Amino acid sequence: MPSAEQFEPEIVAFSCHYCAYAAADLAGVMRLQYPTNIKIVKLPCSGTVDILYILKAFEQGADGVFVAGCLKEGCHFIEGNLRAERRVERAKNLLDKIGLGKDRVEMFFMSSAEGGRFSEVAREMTERIRKLGPSPIKGG
Amino acid sequence: MIIAKTKPFENIRAMLEGSQNVLVLGCGTCVAVCLSGGDKEVGILASSLRMADKVSGKDRVFSEHTVERQCEWEFIDEIQEKVKKNDTILSLGCGVGVQALSERFPEIRVLPGLDTVCMGMPEKEGVWVERCSGCGSCLLDKTAGICPITRCAKSLLNGPCGGSVGGKCEISPDTPCAWQLIIDRLTAWGKLEMLDEVQPPRDWSTSHAGGPRKVTSKDQYGGHA
Repeated sequence: MPSAEQFEPEIVAFSCHYCAYAAADLAGVMRLQYPTNIKIVKLPCSGTVDILYILKAFEQGADGVFVAGCLKEGCHFIEGNLRAERRVERAKNLLDKIGLGKDRVEMFFMSSAEGGRFSEVAREMTERIRKLGPSPIKGG
Repeated sequence: MIIAKTKPFENIRAMLEGSQNVLVLGCGTCVAVCLSGGDKEVGILASSLRMADKVSGKDRVFSEHTVERQCEWEFIDEIQEKVKKNDTILSLGCGVGVQALSERFPEIRVLPGLDTVCMGMPEKEGVWVERCSGCGSCLLDKTAGICPITRCAKSLLNGPCGGSVGGKCEISPDTPCAWQLIIDRLTAWGKLEMLDEVQPPRDWSTSHAGGPRKVTSKDQYGGHA
């Protein structure tokens, strides 16, 4: 297993078009740096994230996954972000039972104006997954 | 519809000991509606089992499929070729589906992935409640369309009992007293006198107490049952 310094995790970020995706865009415009480990998948709303998307990401080798939706009470589709939060909670329970651990998946809320927040979340998740090490699914 | 819930993941993994090629088979009818056995749940369970195996160093094959109904021969027969490639079917159908599959494929190990709970309906998003016990002799005409056999914890025919407090059953503050519901509805209809008729002790032989039941239609079967 590579050491924590060598290991570059692959992290999938399911990001809402109206907030996190725009925030990631803003982070770029603001010249804010964040780790290149994040692979963004744009969704029309975080509420469209399916639990199978999260599981398939892990099954195909992701070391970590996060879902980023609008601030609570700020969802363009009223409560898509809250639905996403419940699905992430279920994914955490499943990952625990599978043996991957619940910390490999997380839900974040942010607005489209928070470029800094997106870059902070990207760093936080990268560090977290780096500490957890590579997913045991990889290379299997 | 039939309401079921997924067995605990660790129980499913324990059941699968000794299996190598597993077909995770969903049912697209009742249990798909109560989100325990449809196509999506098959995907979630199969993906979880594959990953859990990789984590624990096992190398089993989990394939996925969902049939329209596991409780009818014509739908089961469609998957004969798929079944032959496996030594085990992990059924995400109700108990009827599991038994139908076992009967059709006696050489294959058929395991239940669900615990079948009851006959009922969705009360609201994500909540399913029991509404019928299949007692074989419906009395809803006498009880304002509310079933005391199912919804009264004691299945009283002449209720309520002393455990009814504030419209709730003594078994749980979340359970409405069926007899309170019946009385409230008959009161609203102005037909409370319907309850003056005392119901005699019931013949439970029409229920499961009379053994496994069978229904035949003479029109279709010719009356030779």
